[in-house]
This record gives sequence, structure tokens and C-alpha cells, in this order.
Amino acid sequence: MAFSMLVVIGSLLVMVAVVVFKGAPALSISMITQTPRGGYYLGKEGGILNAIVGSLCLAGGATALAFVISLPVALYLEEYAGKSKLASFTRLSLDVLGGVPSIVYGAFGFTFMLYLGVRASLLWGIITVALLVLPIMTRAMDEVVRAIPLELREASYALGATKLETVLKVMSRQALPGILTAVLLAFGRGIGDSASVLLVAGYTDYIPHSLFDPVATLPLAVFFQIGTPFPKVQERAYASAVVLLGIVLSLSVASRLLTKKFMKYVVK
Amino acid sequence: MFEPHISIQELNVFYESHHVLKNVTVGIPRKKITVVIGPSGCGKTTLLKSMNRLIDLIDGVKVSGKVLVDGVNIFEDGVDITDVRRRMGLIAQKPNPLPMSVYDNVAYGPRIHGAKNGKDLNQTVERCLRAAGLWDEVKGRLKEPASKLSVGQQQRLCLARALIVKPEVLLCDEPTSALDPMSVQHIEKQLLGLKEDYTIVFVTHILRQAKRLADYVIFLYLGELVECGSAETIFSQPRNPRTKAYIEGLFS
Repeated sequence: MAFSMLVVIGSLLVMVAVVVFKGAPALSISMITQTPRGGYYLGKEGGILNAIVGSLCLAGGATALAFVISLPVALYLEEYAGKSKLASFTRLSLDVLGGVPSIVYGAFGFTFMLYLGVRASLLWGIITVALLVLPIMTRAMDEVVRAIPLELREASYALGATKLETVLKVMSRQALPGILTAVLLAFGRGIGDSASVLLVAGYTDYIPHSLFDPVATLPLAVFFQIGTPFPKVQERAYASAVVLLGIVLSLSVASRLLTKKFMKYVVK
Repeated sequence: MFEPHISIQELNVFYESHHVLKNVTVGIPRKKITVVIGPSGCGKTTLLKSMNRLIDLIDGVKVSGKVLVDGVNIFEDGVDITDVRRRMGLIAQKPNPLPMSVYDNVAYGPRIHGAKNGKDLNQTVERCLRAAGLWDEVKGRLKEPASKLSVGQQQRLCLARALIVKPEVLLCDEPTSALDPMSVQHIEKQLLGLKEDYTIVFVTHILRQAKRLADYVIFLYLGELVECGSAETIFSQPRNPRTKAYIEGLFS
């Protein structure tokens, strides 16, 4: 048991240490404030602002898109579909989708793009990643909504509330911290995935100006830079990984703090 | 006989194939406390939930028969179910505050029925918290989460929340079973005061509590109505041997 604990904590610490150690020489302010100079593959100058902005836009957009689909599905599953066949089939579909490797999502998006004859872009990245995180987000929300005690709904109905009022004013409030966690979980998954965006979002040295521009992402910044023969550029790959880790880490801290804040009113 | 406020006629309730209430016919008098007694699992709660149609929320439930409130069958098609529920306040077995502040809990009912924030709402909230005997304890804590109150306070909060939508009936489902003796006394005192204005249906399996509160008693056993009548009659000269055995504490 102690060994297992050590593996868990140790692997996190060692991983962070290696990445930080290897990336440290390349870490600088310009790394996060400038776009690359001399090409992302060969260039040793400039920064990875293109990938930072790209990743945030892409993961943010994908999370928002997935959210507007997930929340209604989760609420519908609980409050309207109940224990019906449709509900259990939906849950099964989500679980299967959740197990599909992200490169398959990428290939799926790519096929569509070829069919429509469009270029790799931020928009397609958002759509593909949204599909990727949708099952994770929906199932997480589903669990949260299912954990809402029946008594709470009874309390609302007993006062003459309609179904919609109960869902919007009582259930969503009780579920808020859990929903927030689900959203951040999905965001973390979205920002870290490289395979799904490899084919559909493209890569560029520039910050995207519209949804139809190709977009750089942090995981691909790591991927491309680590593949060069130049040690200087490889260092930059690790530095990019540090930035990515930093974003994911601050997100999970922020989510803890926010959850705590919203837990205040939640009934246990 | 009295003119019943709620008249239950040949009510049968099934959960899947389980026959929970069997042909129950009974009247509930206006502005009195009617106590429903009987051992656990005899259908007391089901009977209560039939009166505000919360029973609809249960999967696989089938109901036949009538529940007339002021002569209108609430199970008829076209009945405004939200209005039925508004008129039938419910105090649940376990206090069930909503995930919001003390104030918002009480104001929830009026708000969903269209009340605007402001002085009027503040006054109404205060009046109902006073009626539930809670105002003095929470007047400085209105913004705090309701879940921070003690369990006894939470139950009185639920009472205030039920009172504010101006119900005609209060349905109480063993509302004191989770409370300490002091809180029980508190709730009972409030209810005895409230019967001037409300018809109260009180479910309990504690005989002593039934004796303290009841004007009228309904005895249910295994889903059947065994006997009903005024508290005096039922407690001193029950006609049915099963009622007699239950009241003498031969089974519970």
C-alpha cells in the first residue's frame, strides 16, 4: 500500500521535476509573451504565445460548446428520462464515446473536413475537441445530478414549483460545484490532448484572428519541438510542457477554490 | 358527521405490483389535527403523498380512486397540479432545506409564484418565520446557508417555507422523527397553535405523540384503513381489536 502511494505521488513529483529541469534553460518572459521567430520547428528565438493563446481559445471554445450540450443532457437524463431505455442507452453511448481514443476523433473530424473541402482551423479544432470532452463532461454532470436527493426535489414540488423551476432554481444550485468540477475536468482534458487536434486544427506561428484560421496548440508545440535535432529547440519543448502544466495546475487549484465557495449553500 | 375538508374515496395505490393502499375511504376534518397512526410500512406516507400528488414522482406508481379537496378530485385530468401542491403544505420526515440562504428558502415559494423582491416580501418572510417560531433565532442569520442551522431549526424553517405560500392544509410526515426532544416540543407547540387556521394531517408511529396532538385519528394497518374517529373514541374505546392491540402497545 505504501509502495502504491509512493508510485502515485512519486511519479507526479518526478515528472514535474524532469520537465521543469529540462525546460528551465529555455524558460523566460519572452517565451510566454512572444510568438516564435524563425519557424516553430527550427527557430530558437521568440516564444510560444501562439500556442498558449491557441490552446486557451481551443479548449475554452470546446468546453463552452460541450457545456451547452452536456448540461441539458445530464438534466434530461435525470429529471425527464428517468430509468427509461433511452436514458440507459444514452449513458452507454457516452461511456463508449469516452473510451474512443482521441486520434479517432481527430480522424473523424478530418474526414468531415475533407468531405466539405475546408482547411484545418480553430473552428474544427473546437468542434472535434468538444466531441472529445462531451462524454467526460456529461457523465460527470450526470453523476452529480443523480446524487441530488429526492427530498430536495420534493421540497420544491411541494411548494407548487413546476418541473422547469425545480430544475433551474433548485437542482442546478445544488449541483453547481459538481458541474463546475465537470467543466474544469473537461477543460483540462481538452487543453492537454494532442492527437485530436493534430489533423484538424493545424499548426501556425501566428495567433489566430478568426475561427477559420489554423491554430497552434501547446501539446503540439511540445510534440514538434521535441522532434527536432537541435538541443536548444528541445529545451523549448520542455519549457512549453512547463507552461501547459502550469495552466492545468492553476486550473485545478482554481476549481478547488471555486468549488469551496459554491459548496457553501449546498445541502448535504 | 362533519363536512370533510379532504375526502378520500376508494383510494388504491400500487408500486409496481405491490398493493400499498387498499381501498381507503376516509374524510379529514377542517381545521383539526388528524393523526395517521400505524406501524412502519403500513402506507401512512403514501396516503399523505396522495393528498398533494407528490406520489406522481415515484416510478411505476398506479393510483385509482379519488381524493377530493373541497369537493374537487385532484387526480382528475386538467387539475392544476402546482396549485394543488401549493394548497397542501408539506413538512417532510427529514428537514429538507433548499440549497440557498435562510431568507431565500422562505422566499422561494412566493418567488416562484411571481412575488418581487422588496419590503412586502421581507415582511411576509418575517411573518412566516415568526409563525414557525424561528424568527428570533435567525433574524441575524438570514443570509447564512440554511444548512448551517440546527436540524430542529431547519424543520421550523421548512414549516415557515410551507406557510408562506398560504396553504389550506399542512401535511406532516413524521416531521419530528429526526429531532431532539426540545425541538419536538417546539414543533408540536407551533402545530397546536396553527390548527386554528389550517387543516393538519400528521403522520406518526409514536403513540404518545399522537395522543398529545390528535383531534381525529386514522389507524392504518398493512395498507388498510382499520378504524378512524375522534381521538377520544379511538384512544379510549377502540372498536376494532387490531386498533385496541396497537394502542395497548401489543405490536408496533
